[in-house]
Order: sequence, then C-alpha cells, then structure tokens
Amino acid sequence: MTDISIGTQLPALTLPAINRTTLALFAGASGDHNPIHIDIDFAKRAGMDDVFAHGMLSMAYLGRLLTNWQPQSKLRKFETKFTAITQLRDVITCSGEVIDVFEYNNEPCAKVAIQAAKDDGTKTLVGEAVVAI
Amino acid sequence: MLDKSKIGHQFEPFSADVEKGRIKFFAQSIGETNPVYFNEQAAQEAGYKTIIAPPTFPMSLDFESPAFLPVVGLLQLDIGRILHGSQTFNYYGQLYAGDSIKVTSKIKDIFDKKGGALEFVILETDYVNQDDELICQASQTLVYRNG
Repeated sequence: MTDISIGTQLPALTLPAINRTTLALFAGASGDHNPIHIDIDFAKRAGMDDVFAHGMLSMAYLGRLLTNWQPQSKLRKFETKFTAITQLRDVITCSGEVIDVFEYNNEPCAKVAIQAAKDDGTKTLVGEAVVAI
Repeated sequence: MLDKSKIGHQFEPFSADVEKGRIKFFAQSIGETNPVYFNEQAAQEAGYKTIIAPPTFPMSLDFESPAFLPVVGLLQLDIGRILHGSQTFNYYGQLYAGDSIKVTSKIKDIFDKKGGALEFVILETDYVNQDDELICQASQTLVYRNG
C-alpha cells in the first residue's frame, strides 16, 4: 500500500552553507581531487574567481533527499543536469515532487522531479528519479 | 577540437575494493546520518546484506582508476576547463561494503555546440560486483570549455 501519488512533495532538505572544509572533505571522500574544487590558485589560473563545489556533492545531497524519503533499495534511476555552479557560502535546498506514477520495467514506480537550488532561487541541479512504490 | 575518432574507445577495466571505512567517510562528507550507511546491524535490520553505499557513490570508484580520470589523458584535456554537465545512474542492485567492483567505461559520444566553444564528451560506465552482477550503470556528460 502506498499513499504516493502525483503531487506528493518530498520533505525538503536544506544543507549547511558550503565552505572550504566541505569541499576538502568531499574531495577526499569521493576521490575527486580535481584541484578546481580545492586549490584557489589553480581555480584562478583556470579563469574562475575561486574554487567551487563539485556537482557530485549536490547530487549526493539530492540522493539524501531521495533516500530520506524512500529506502535506497527502491531507487531505480537517478539523473541530474548541472545547471549552475555552486559557490562557496551557497546554501542549497533540495526538493522534489512526484510528477508521474507509472510502470517502469514492469514495476509500479513514481517519477520524481528533483532540484537543488540556492537561496536566491537559482537552480543548480535539476533532474528526475524513478522510485519503486 | 577533441579527437572524435575516440568515440567508442573503451578504457581498460579495473577493480576497486569498497571498504567499509570508505563508505562511512563518503557518507559523513555529505552529511548523511542514516545508520544503514554506517552500521552493519542497522543495515541488516533494514533488509540489506550489510552497509550500503549511497546512491552517487559508484562514481567515486571511477577515481580508483590507475590514472586520475583516464579520459583526461586520452583526449588531452585541460582539467581546469572541464565541467560536469549531467549524470545518470540506473540501479539494478546494491553496492555493499566489502564488494569488489569492476569498473568499465567507454566514450559513447563526442560532439560540440556553439561553433566549437563548448565540446561534450559522453562517458558510460558499468559497475559489476564480484558475483558478476551489474549493479549500476552510469552515464555522464563532460562539458569542455574552449576559450
């Protein structure tokens, strides 16, 4: 039994402001040591004002949004586009809404529109997930 | 312009051991608190064999490759000009602490937009566990800034 239907909102997830420690820890933990995310000298040489967050950090936050809502064993598909760069000090909020209930690989599933956005409304990631229901 | 003759190139597969501590560290770094990512007993009570890796963790295994991001060397990319455009995961099973995962990546496509100002590289990656189960397939788009 499920009470999941079109329009169901996922409980939003607001994250602490991104800081340099966040990025250093995520670089170490994820294995993504691209210096553009950790070394301001490198970032400036690459034409950026400063280091900026890994897209995959915000995608991982969106993953938390999904697995806070339903067990991870129900997650079938998870996709995002990275639409804006997440800068230091940005406060990211993840949210989602069920936009379809449908059969996916012969299994009843919900299609969830998901997004990560900054305080000013700028969407940094937009995507969809498919979750068994 | 990037070398489009590399479309279809498959990188040398490699195996990555997924240690429990690695999953915990990853989970901590994203602020995760659900015990299924930290505690074996909690994971088992939730119906899993043992501690599971968070949904986006498989991509971290890409960095276990003998060369950091082999696509960078193959296409002679300047790492400061790469942006991540999009990422997709399809899940067929769970990635557990203790697994040994074979990672196989290939270049699915290379194309450009805006008169070559932006180039795109599509990579597809399969993650297969020690029991030969395909547990996850990923697709990622890298965006390369020219000028």
